[in-house]
Amino acid sequence: MTIEIKELTKRYKDHVAVDNLSLNIEKGEFFALLGQNAAGKTTTIKMLCGLVAPTSGDAFLEGASVVHNQIAVKNNINISPQETAVAPNLTVVENLRLMARLYGYSKIQAEQCAIAQMNIFGLLTRQHEKAKTLSGGYKRRLSVAMAMMSTPKILFLDEPTLGMDVRARRDLWSILRQLKGHVTIVLTTHYLEEVEVLADRVGIMHNGKLRALGTIQQLMSQTGKPTFEDVFLELTEGESR
Amino acid sequence: MKAVIFATRNHKEIVRDPLTLLFGIAFPVLMMVLFSVMQKNMPFALYEIETLTPGVIVFSFSFLTLFSGMLLGKDKSTSFLMRIFASPMTAADYVIGYVLPLLPIAVLQISVCILAALFLGLSLDLSVLFMGIVLIVISLLYIGLGLLLGTIFTDKQVGGIFAIFVTVTTWLSGTWFQLDMIGGAFQSIAQLLPFFHAADAARAVLSGHYEDVLLSLAIVVGYTALTFIIAILVFKGKMQE
Ligand SMILES: Nc1ncnc2c1ncn2[C@@H]1O[C@H](COP(=O)(O)OP(=O)(O)O)[C@@H](O)[C@H]1O
Ligand SMILES: [Mg+2]
Repeated sequence: MTIEIKELTKRYKDHVAVDNLSLNIEKGEFFALLGQNAAGKTTTIKMLCGLVAPTSGDAFLEGASVVHNQIAVKNNINISPQETAVAPNLTVVENLRLMARLYGYSKIQAEQCAIAQMNIFGLLTRQHEKAKTLSGGYKRRLSVAMAMMSTPKILFLDEPTLGMDVRARRDLWSILRQLKGHVTIVLTTHYLEEVEVLADRVGIMHNGKLRALGTIQQLMSQTGKPTFEDVFLELTEGESR
Repeated sequence: MKAVIFATRNHKEIVRDPLTLLFGIAFPVLMMVLFSVMQKNMPFALYEIETLTPGVIVFSFSFLTLFSGMLLGKDKSTSFLMRIFASPMTAADYVIGYVLPLLPIAVLQISVCILAALFLGLSLDLSVLFMGIVLIVISLLYIGLGLLLGTIFTDKQVGGIFAIFVTVTTWLSGTWFQLDMIGGAFQSIAQLLPFFHAADAARAVLSGHYEDVLLSLAIVVGYTALTFIIAILVFKGKMQE
């Protein structure tokens, strides 16, 4: 088991952002975390990355606790945040090198790794362009590529295709498919089509709680709905905040 | 080492916006020229180059507040900081990484202003060098204030706050007019805050009154330490939000 989440809870003052979440994710799995806005997806990811302290509960990533052993967790994971999170005045290749160096890679290793990732993400021709001049789609690619620079065992992608046009989104999908199996991926998204194309398994959150867990097929037969969209709508029904 | 790598990125991020950087150096020099020309036509000594130079350099440091505040604020709003937090860097790495790149800019501001002052009639002796050293210490106050602003506010807000900050701090520093010309509550407030003492310490070294430097500098250093402590505490709070 790569990720073991045990009764993970995050409470903000009077409301609960993540409520008693328990869930296991297998090594190499492509896991999609779905839910409406404010369902608690980002908060869950932040807790799993050691960016936010859980109010109670714990999670183990490659055996390391997010509560007690954050440095070990951080060495094994990486994240492409919900916003693009690139260094605007650095070039593409500089952004990539920076990430590798911050994770302790030598200059030579950083260079090799940057070239490898630029190959996968189709960034080679733009390597000397400043990140701020890239289109939204390319910024996203760079953002995900930056997260791959530390060769993480677990990769968190928080709405990686948000605001991208159809073609850019398709392009990113095919890149993500290449990563599939090599790295455990936890993805959040609002695009159900994306989930159908990429995900091995799905968790649906609503008001901080996990409402459903399984493959798309399983969820469809459980709910007796004809499409995944109907499943999603069914499971996220009820008053939301 | 990670701090230095991060500092290098931050340095690039600032100097690759050459327009703002140029402004932070050219504008103070312009002010210095204007005021010393004015002095030539004034019947009493208010803007003698010996008192004007230290004040203008301290004034130029407000731009360090702008640069560090904007950088941190932007890294926060683009989630770049989140990505950095997810890496196995220590709190000391972040702080050093944000402070270090501003020091060479401070040195540049000091050098260019002194050079301009020499043209305007400042006599070159050892006290000019000592003033440079004292000013580098003083620059840390302004860098620290920038980090505090950047921790609390977004880059856009920092831009707006800067306009107020630069006006208020230079009034209070006694650079454009002597504080006892106004006196009263204004003077008392100015003496409670570090900005007057910053300019005063620099003026004292330049005029060779080394014994007067210590108290003023101690007040500035005290405020600097306080600023950094608050900035780090707020920063840590935000990290775990
Ligand atoms: N720092 C915070 N302080 C207070 N409430 C927060 C904070 N971060 C998130 N929340 C709240 O927690 C809930 C879940 O947010 P989030 O995890 O961002 O949802 P999602 O990513 O699914 O849209 C929301 O109601 C949000 O307003
Ligand atoms: Mg979110």
